[in-house]
Amino acid sequence: MNPYNYLYLSALLFTIGAIGVVVRRNAIVVFMCIELMLNAANLTLVTFSRINGTLDGQVVAFFTMVVAACEVVVGLAIIVAIYRSRRSASVDDASLLKR
Amino acid sequence: MLTIQTPEAIMFWVLAPLSVVAALGMLLVKKAVHSALLLAWVMITLAIFYIAQDALFLGIVQIVVYTGAVMMLFLFILMLVGVDASDSLTETIPGLRPIAITAAIGFGGLLVSLIGRATLGHDAYGLTQANSEGNVEALAQLLFSTYVFPFEVVSALLITAALGAMVLAHHQRAVPRVSQREQAIARFRGESLGSAAGLPNPGVFARHNAVDVPALLPDGSAAPNSISATLKARGDMLDSTQFELSEVDNTVTEEK
Repeated sequence: MNPYNYLYLSALLFTIGAIGVVVRRNAIVVFMCIELMLNAANLTLVTFSRINGTLDGQVVAFFTMVVAACEVVVGLAIIVAIYRSRRSASVDDASLLKR
Repeated sequence: MLTIQTPEAIMFWVLAPLSVVAALGMLLVKKAVHSALLLAWVMITLAIFYIAQDALFLGIVQIVVYTGAVMMLFLFILMLVGVDASDSLTETIPGLRPIAITAAIGFGGLLVSLIGRATLGHDAYGLTQANSEGNVEALAQLLFSTYVFPFEVVSALLITAALGAMVLAHHQRAVPRVSQREQAIARFRGESLGSAAGLPNPGVFARHNAVDVPALLPDGSAAPNSISATLKARGDMLDSTQFELSEVDNTVTEEK
């Protein structure tokens, strides 16, 4: 086995996350799919760090984790704020500008 | 030169299909809570992959931060928001699902073929040399020398995120809070003084004394506002007529 298999796995997980963002309607599930995409990108970074023999990839993956944590905090606060005003966590219901 | 041992290969071929299946299940299951649990499983497998790839620190951080903090936050918000109609898997935009799946297969195929065709020009090195004095020590050395400026920027980002969450969670009252004094005035100046001393207690005393039976007023009628609104909404309210005294003897007998 060569380390490139991890890259294939990461590509698959990223694609699955992308489908989820488009297809699912619950805002929280959409958000979890975004987390899956971030994690897949992290796996790529760690794998390339190993392939190249330097730790820079791991440092960038670490920064990605911090950014993801910030993103979760703000994103979930937005979802709760929308839920409080619209009583729904569906991404289809937050379409006030359309009408 | 990097050689991958057999145990790691076995682990990869066992866990990688499992994580892909869990990620697919995340899309297909109906309940958001099940999606969250499947995502937690994907994150745990990724942590195992990190540790297998000589990224010990990131593997531990993945478990602590992602499966520990982030997923618990997700579950907390899920419980707070509750289950609603958005969990249904029906298509709201016609034709969205086939288009999305076609585009995703195209995108995934592009990524996989790119990875298959790309060459780095050298063999995989492996991290044995970079990790020679320990993974955490080597990472710390990089983080606090080359990457010290991004590290500071990230701290500013964390503070901004905390502030942003507080601003979003701030709730401005549309009407001022009703004080106890105002409530008392409203009770006495209302249209009837009937509820000024509080609502009647439920239960028809002497025949039946339960919270799901409305009280009987002095004129013999039932008082529905003596029942808790929750019981009323659930339909658990009983009819109090069956507990009324059937014939009240109104004749006054002369005492001899």
